[in-house]
Amino acid sequence: MSIATDLPTPESGGLAPDGAVTHGRGSGARKLPIVLGVLTLLLAGILLRSEPSGDTTFQLSTVTDFVTLPDIVVPSGPTAWLMVVICLGLTAEAVRRMLTRAGQPIWIPISFAIVWMIGFLSWAAAGDRIRVVSLLGGAVALAIPLVFGALGGVLGERAGVVNIAIEGQLLLGAFAAAVTASTTGSPWAGVAAAAVAGALVALILGLFAITYFVDQVIVGVVLNVLVVGLTNFLFRQVLTPNAESLNSPERLRAVPIPVLGDIPLIGPIFFRQTPLVYLLYVVVAVVAFALYRTRWGLRVRAVGEHPKAADTVGIKVNRTRYRTILLAGAIAGLGGAYFSLVSVAGFNREMTGGAGYIALAAVIFGKWDPIRATLAALLFGFATNLQGVLSAIGSPVPSQFMLMLPYLVTIFAVAGLVGRSRPPAADGVPYRQQ
Amino acid sequence: MRLVLRGITKRFGSVVANDSISLTVEPGEIHCLLGENGAGKSTLMNVLYGLYKADEGEIELDGEVQHFTGPGDAMAAGIGMVHQHFMLIPVFTVAENVMLGNETIGFAGTLDLAEASKRVTEISERFGFHVNPDAVVEDLPVGVQQRVEIIKALSRDAELLVFDEPTAVLTPQETDELMDIMRQLKEAGKAIVFITHKLREVREVADRITVIRLGKVVGEADPKASNAELASMMVGRPVELVVHKDAATLGDDALVVKDLRVVDVAGHTQVDGLSFTIRAGEVLAVAGVQGNGQTELTEAILGLQDDVSGSINLDGVELVGRSTRKILDAGVGFIPEDRQVDGLVPGFTIAENLMLNRSFKSPFVRNGSLRIGALREFAQKKLTEYDVRARDIDSLAANLSGGNQQKVVVARELSRDLRLLVAAQPTRGVDVGSIEFIHKQIVATRDRGIPVLVVSTELDEVVALADRIMVLYRGKVVGIVAADTPRETLGLMMTGERPKDLKDVVA
Repeated sequence: MSIATDLPTPESGGLAPDGAVTHGRGSGARKLPIVLGVLTLLLAGILLRSEPSGDTTFQLSTVTDFVTLPDIVVPSGPTAWLMVVICLGLTAEAVRRMLTRAGQPIWIPISFAIVWMIGFLSWAAAGDRIRVVSLLGGAVALAIPLVFGALGGVLGERAGVVNIAIEGQLLLGAFAAAVTASTTGSPWAGVAAAAVAGALVALILGLFAITYFVDQVIVGVVLNVLVVGLTNFLFRQVLTPNAESLNSPERLRAVPIPVLGDIPLIGPIFFRQTPLVYLLYVVVAVVAFALYRTRWGLRVRAVGEHPKAADTVGIKVNRTRYRTILLAGAIAGLGGAYFSLVSVAGFNREMTGGAGYIALAAVIFGKWDPIRATLAALLFGFATNLQGVLSAIGSPVPSQFMLMLPYLVTIFAVAGLVGRSRPPAADGVPYRQQ
Repeated sequence: MRLVLRGITKRFGSVVANDSISLTVEPGEIHCLLGENGAGKSTLMNVLYGLYKADEGEIELDGEVQHFTGPGDAMAAGIGMVHQHFMLIPVFTVAENVMLGNETIGFAGTLDLAEASKRVTEISERFGFHVNPDAVVEDLPVGVQQRVEIIKALSRDAELLVFDEPTAVLTPQETDELMDIMRQLKEAGKAIVFITHKLREVREVADRITVIRLGKVVGEADPKASNAELASMMVGRPVELVVHKDAATLGDDALVVKDLRVVDVAGHTQVDGLSFTIRAGEVLAVAGVQGNGQTELTEAILGLQDDVSGSINLDGVELVGRSTRKILDAGVGFIPEDRQVDGLVPGFTIAENLMLNRSFKSPFVRNGSLRIGALREFAQKKLTEYDVRARDIDSLAANLSGGNQQKVVVARELSRDLRLLVAAQPTRGVDVGSIEFIHKQIVATRDRGIPVLVVSTELDEVVALADRIMVLYRGKVVGIVAADTPRETLGLMMTGERPKDLKDVVA
């Protein structure tokens, strides 16, 4: 897809060169140092305006852990300033690399992000405590549907179909899960129904995008709007009057995994979750393996890169695309079940709240790779949760600004820090056989 | 395997691309299909390969009539095709490309890459291809990519191999190597169909020649026939194969390029310290295999490249750092290498296309509005002058043949007061008649005292037009030599080797 692979920059005259981010003297190389520099100044600016006093406590353990890690108490002001200095150092390194035309390795933005975040938290939670487990655990919880959605996006686009309809798949999945789980009394039936609902949206997308060559972005957006309208209507007219029988599903319960769940820090974050989350771990691993190591994956990537070449070796391009997006839709649909069976019990209007679009950003940020997209989704989950945590401890940052944070991170992530990123060559291009 | 095509007819709408074509190819034979661009050769082969479905006629292999529903069937029947535009996936490795569609798999559909690599190495060694199975295809030179295509076909036990314009992208040396490979395959008993419009190659390897014109077989030719005979059969009338031009009347230095360096968006240096001069009234032709910096050079002159350093000086005016519009205003005419992408707007009419380089001011624009009358009058005049075969000036560019499209581009670019003409691949994909015409126009431009930079990957064209020849390799000048330099020397220079006794020619 071409919409966000390489955002036009003033330097490039607004013309995105075929999906590749530049490393030369052009626009790309300057992006990272500039972004890092601006962020460092921003942090320093915040500190200058309201110098924090007192100590910040980072609490690493929960009471139920195997071993209890001690709390880390640091003086807020000096710590924050120390982090600013380290950020400056990293920015300087990025500038040096820009000037010598060396590549920008991935560790620079990653360590910058961590250091900056520690500095920011020291300031924001001055005189208070940050529960690291709940900060990160909450991030994972919020990221789960994003990961499902992003995997659906990665699969579809790898096969050459831009899946803008992730949002619709999530939402219809959430709706189907709630209703099915309520009527059958089994949350697992709800999960299955969510997958079917997601696949159904994908089927409509495929029908228009693959069979009738309609612009995929337009169909995707229309489907999203359609699903919003449809579920709002059904929620109002059918679900609300019969909430008891149609919209009160049993919630999926967390099932801690023995031993793994007791590891400090990691255990409570990753292994005290619902089975749906464990299913996600499996799906991520299977998709990542299958895409690169199996015949199926080879063919999926082939039709996404060069459908005609695939056709000339006897691969049925459009059939492969249909199968892949149905699977992609089913996976995204599962993410919908998380909203209505795990986060809360029951469906609510537009309860996915744009998660599908964030998942789409994760696809691009993750360079169309299942593992990277998963990590990107986790990052976005973190941004969302940070906002929640900070407003809970009453940080000095206005809550409206915090609400904006996840989207800000998304824009920065997609625009500035992706590095060389190349979408599948035939992404979004319908294949017509003569 | 013996192939018989009987009465193949293929129509696209009202256009008959193949009109009842019959053809027999014997095993152990190289059968040439000779014809101009657009004669219907590729269409015929796509029918054979199952990519198109024939409207009439039948395909027979070893006496059995085949009914292909797709390329998969054709491949299973033992037909292998080396496509003009390689059917390779650039980001895959050689082994992955070769195995695609025919994968060796292990448990639960996992790929057996080791087995595929082994197979590639096996075939590669048998024919002396030197292809590394683990290399990523996009990193390989085109000549090697083509061998990957051949390996792909051979790994599926193809008995009939179709080469569709295989030499278009090759250096003369690579072409010779390909000819050897084709002979080797023939020795191994394969039947070979070789599609081309290059006469030299045909005469070199063909056992039999079938000439196709306008979708019909016009007859068989003897491999010993002369170039002129083959050409007139192909075109349907006698053609001039040489461009007649008088000795150049040289003026002052007009275009002076110094230490030009262009870095592409991926950070690779594509033009690496070029310096050359073109004098008024001179054609400097750039020879070289595609992808050795020619595109970036022409685009740098036009201000279409972002990262350019050095100097491009036209009549004392520095072009580097100027916007494309300013450069056009400075009098640079540009025939881009891909008319479909950069030369024309396919959905515009001929008239609209003719004003693309003057869309801001007179004569076609006044006070922000188009002067439709002036434009139509101009277009009408150019249509006749440049012999563009179209219904009228309101025909869409997309509906013209390649040659006529190119004539529209040439007409537009030459209809201004020029101080420099940059012509990149001016006759690529153009019929012989139009080639003659366009070459004459380029020579006439030179004779008006305008410096001309011609870029072409066709050595014939370079030799025909040049007053001097500049050979590029990996963005560097290998040498600037006289127009009568022997082909072998030029071919060698195109691989980056500079003969020891070579002297650069200064105009």
